[in-house]
Amino acid sequence: MELVTLFIGAILINNFVLHYFLGICPFLGVSKKIDAALSMGLAVTFVMSLTAVVSWAINHLILIPYGLDYLQIVSFILVIASLVQLVEMFIRKTSPPLYQAMGIYLPLITTNCAIMGLALLTALKNYDFAEAVVFGVGSGLGFTLAIVLMAAIREQLEVADVPKPLQGAAIALIIAGIMALAFFGFSGMIK
Amino acid sequence: MSVLVPILTMTILGLLFSLGLVFAYKKLIVEVDPRVEKINESLPQANCGACGYAGCQALAEAIAAGKAAADSCPVGGGETVEKISSILGIKAGETVKKVARLHCRGTTEAAPRRSEYLGLKTCYASHLMGGDKLCTYGCLSLDDCVRACPFDAMEMSADGLPLVIEEKCTACGKCVDACPRNLLELHPLSQNILVYCRSRDRGAVARKACKNACIACGICSRACPEAIVIEDNLAVITDYRKIPPEKIPAIEKCPTLSIGRLKKDHEG
Repeated sequence: MELVTLFIGAILINNFVLHYFLGICPFLGVSKKIDAALSMGLAVTFVMSLTAVVSWAINHLILIPYGLDYLQIVSFILVIASLVQLVEMFIRKTSPPLYQAMGIYLPLITTNCAIMGLALLTALKNYDFAEAVVFGVGSGLGFTLAIVLMAAIREQLEVADVPKPLQGAAIALIIAGIMALAFFGFSGMIK
Repeated sequence: MSVLVPILTMTILGLLFSLGLVFAYKKLIVEVDPRVEKINESLPQANCGACGYAGCQALAEAIAAGKAAADSCPVGGGETVEKISSILGIKAGETVKKVARLHCRGTTEAAPRRSEYLGLKTCYASHLMGGDKLCTYGCLSLDDCVRACPFDAMEMSADGLPLVIEEKCTACGKCVDACPRNLLELHPLSQNILVYCRSRDRGAVARKACKNACIACGICSRACPEAIVIEDNLAVITDYRKIPPEKIPAIEKCPTLSIGRLKKDHEG
């Protein structure tokens, strides 16, 4: 039951984008088309899930037993960078158009603070293995949900009559703010 | 001694991950056009961006794909242009004229409508609503490409499909970007055989939605298997250069006329 709570909490309540304000760069950069946004979300979900697993393993099997906690950040960076490289190679191989659509934002998952945040939060909250996996997958899905919703709104917005000074990034940020407010309604659902 | 522990740990971890990546790279290696590397070698490698691309590698990819001319590099000078031209197999100064072509023959008459669209008169908006045609891949006839053209090289013809005026078209690609259904593509002017359909619907569905749709029957790919494949219910020409002229009549046996030589009017 606790795992379910954690899972739903990671998607809706402690949403990485809308609650922690982490990972805003791809959230704004790749949210112009729904399908690109969905793929970005899934790529991030994949990296997050694997990061949660691998970083948990490194943290609990290597770092903590040998008293090397202070190496957490460095080793997590290593994990994330390698995983992103892997995803990049995979996408380039399987879907060149997708690779083009994601462009620079794909390698930038490496520096996406949401993923670093995930690894560090998992370590900080002392999750056990099952919790870490659920938290990783849930957070990834939460990110996917947020970016797809954003892309859907922005697709519609393309034909809307937005006042000139607010066009582009300005209106996108306003929408992100309103979405965060809306998601705020979920808080309190789980203690 | 205690200094060595973290150093060793990180080194071992790093080695492990890099081994994993090396292995993955071998598995997932992407075949790139061998010309890209050669062209890239002949560019100055200043990565200055003066050509308008992100760097020499990006320009090399664009040249190999035919999106940029051989003399696009303003830094390299004559020698670079000559080298690139010889790699591409064309004479310096000689460029292939390209024009935009429409990959749809869903005229008002051929493609029935499922509803009347009363929204904003742009293809983009109509596409968001799913369009008014039964075919969800075809031309929406609301002029996005015509408006995007800075050279007046496009006009909407009476049959509900945009017409490219070849003499005025400069292959700038604005219409290609404007089309929400990706129906326009740049092709060399001399390139005269095309698939005029983008429908991925299954044969019967596609046929119902448009008289001129590709129904993926495979006649064309059997006539010329080395250049035409059926991919996800659509005939796709994989390599235009591999279609020999003598095979064109066999390819043109297409029952819906959705593949064939270009004709001036849309009615195939």
